[in-house]
Amino acid sequence: MSSLILPAVLSGLTMGAIYALVALGLTLIYGVLHIINFAHGSLLMLALYAVYFLHFYLGIDPYIAIPIVLPVFFVLGYALQRGLIAPMSSGSETNVLLVTLALSLAIDNLALYFWTSNTRTIDIPYAYDTVEFLGAYLPLGRVIAFFAALAVAPVLWLFMEHTRLGASIKAVAIEKRGAEIVGIDVNHAYAVCFGIGTACVALAACLLLPTFYVTPQVGYTFVLVAFTTVVLGGMGSLPGALVAGLLLGVIESLCGLFLGESLGQIGIFLAFILILLFKPSGLLGRGVKA
Amino acid sequence: MKPTSMGQAVLIAAAVLYLVSVFFLSSPIWMGFSLNALIIAVVALSWNVTGGFGGLFSFGHAVMYGTGAYASAVLQVNYGVNAWIGLVAGIVAGAVMGAFIGAITFRFGLKGSYFALVTLAFAEVMRICASSFAFTGGGAGLQVKLDPGISTLQFQDRTVSYTLLLLVVAAVMILTAVMKNSRFGAYLIAIRENEDAARALGIDTYRIKVIAMAISGAFGGLAGVLYLQTMLYIDSTVVYGNAISVEALIGPLIGGAGTVWGPLVGTLGLHLLGEGAKHLLSNAPGLNFVLYAVVLICALRFLPQGLMGFAARIGPFRKKEEDDDNA
Repeated sequence: MSSLILPAVLSGLTMGAIYALVALGLTLIYGVLHIINFAHGSLLMLALYAVYFLHFYLGIDPYIAIPIVLPVFFVLGYALQRGLIAPMSSGSETNVLLVTLALSLAIDNLALYFWTSNTRTIDIPYAYDTVEFLGAYLPLGRVIAFFAALAVAPVLWLFMEHTRLGASIKAVAIEKRGAEIVGIDVNHAYAVCFGIGTACVALAACLLLPTFYVTPQVGYTFVLVAFTTVVLGGMGSLPGALVAGLLLGVIESLCGLFLGESLGQIGIFLAFILILLFKPSGLLGRGVKA
Repeated sequence: MKPTSMGQAVLIAAAVLYLVSVFFLSSPIWMGFSLNALIIAVVALSWNVTGGFGGLFSFGHAVMYGTGAYASAVLQVNYGVNAWIGLVAGIVAGAVMGAFIGAITFRFGLKGSYFALVTLAFAEVMRICASSFAFTGGGAGLQVKLDPGISTLQFQDRTVSYTLLLLVVAAVMILTAVMKNSRFGAYLIAIRENEDAARALGIDTYRIKVIAMAISGAFGGLAGVLYLQTMLYIDSTVVYGNAISVEALIGPLIGGAGTVWGPLVGTLGLHLLGEGAKHLLSNAPGLNFVLYAVVLICALRFLPQGLMGFAARIGPFRKKEEDDDNA
């Protein structure tokens, strides 16, 4: 049994990197807009289909698709926040939650309507080439995703800390009215943030699809994991989301190993409930807004 | 429970007219559709207790529904317990589940989106458990043996099932009205409007919220049992699934959260809309939920008080008195 633990941990880490990547976008949106974007998982599903169809119809490799899908989803996220979520929610936190819930419902069911519930996978010959590390054989696709997540978190962090736009987004997050008074375009900052969050999801989709599958329900399976990651890491904390994502990947992998495959995800949800109850500020959070 | 305006009277009359007309349509399709809509209306009424009156938005109300359905099904299938005892057990199990979730989440001060997400997580945990254990039938689910009769709560004549369901919905609505007009209801509404102020006035907000969760859980568990007795088969993705959680909140929000008639009016309206789209456009799965989503977004923007709240402004009765009240 103990010989299985290390490979399980390593495989959990590579899955956790995907969770981290999805959660980075979500935590960015939460940190600034103070809203929970329920449609985050559905946008991931949409991106997975985009990558799938690019490969299916045009033969574009998922990794080559990154420069195509990323900007498209940035614009999509920007437009959704500016054109739908902000005007329809009239500024109330509950309404934003409900509007994004409705959005996810619409996206998921449109996908079901147009693309049916069939599970689709793509066949990239090298995706399941394995990399041997400490006696564990890891799929190449997962290893690439792992290092990409490690690279993206600092890039986002640098953007937030060291660019003008990042500073204005942070200003909006801290004091909306004050930011407005000093001349920051608040609606633009909100929408940019939403756009970046959605672009993160698109990147995750490009890295995920070679070793994963897509169905209209896949967003729902990811959305709670993404929330858990965000809460565990500390709402709005980028390094927190990275650490938490990796941790949850390992928790899921170990639960699957010890309790059986079907119970693997239960560890994540139980972790979620326990964190919300006992430490809602998360691992690296700075306390919770009352 | 009485309408306060012409508009509300029209909405209520339309709902009642529809429900009565089902008796005369003698169409098995409408009968099946209406049975389903009424069961969902009970879930909506369950959500309405916490979400509508208490402002506690749950995203995982399937946890109550599924617990009620599984409690009754496990007792009937595995232990041969009588269906009536199963009914009581389902209601109690729903109430206990509601009170348990309320007790631990409110103890730690969760509210708003945190509460919404944690209820969803509970529903997911229960779904995975129900699909993994042998005594809940695992992934295959549980099937109650077909044996029509009053003692087994199964009825061959669907008109009888429908009549009984109507009575149950009426009973739940009367209980909701009684609750609304009681001291407890006033406390609950006070908590929704301003929890800190309510606490400052000496209301034990924790206790009131947990009781509200228990009542909501009892209604939700009841709805689960109704589903079980109608379909005689449950599995975890159906009764603990996201669709139930969504339907639980969408009907009240469209119809008017925190009103007695709103959940029924909203649920019936949405189901008729979904059924209409099915006949007009196509029978593909998912289309009704796309429509629900569009209606929900529009309602949040244009009808923040739901249909009943909007209708209250059309031809109000006793306008003068209310003006005096507001003054």
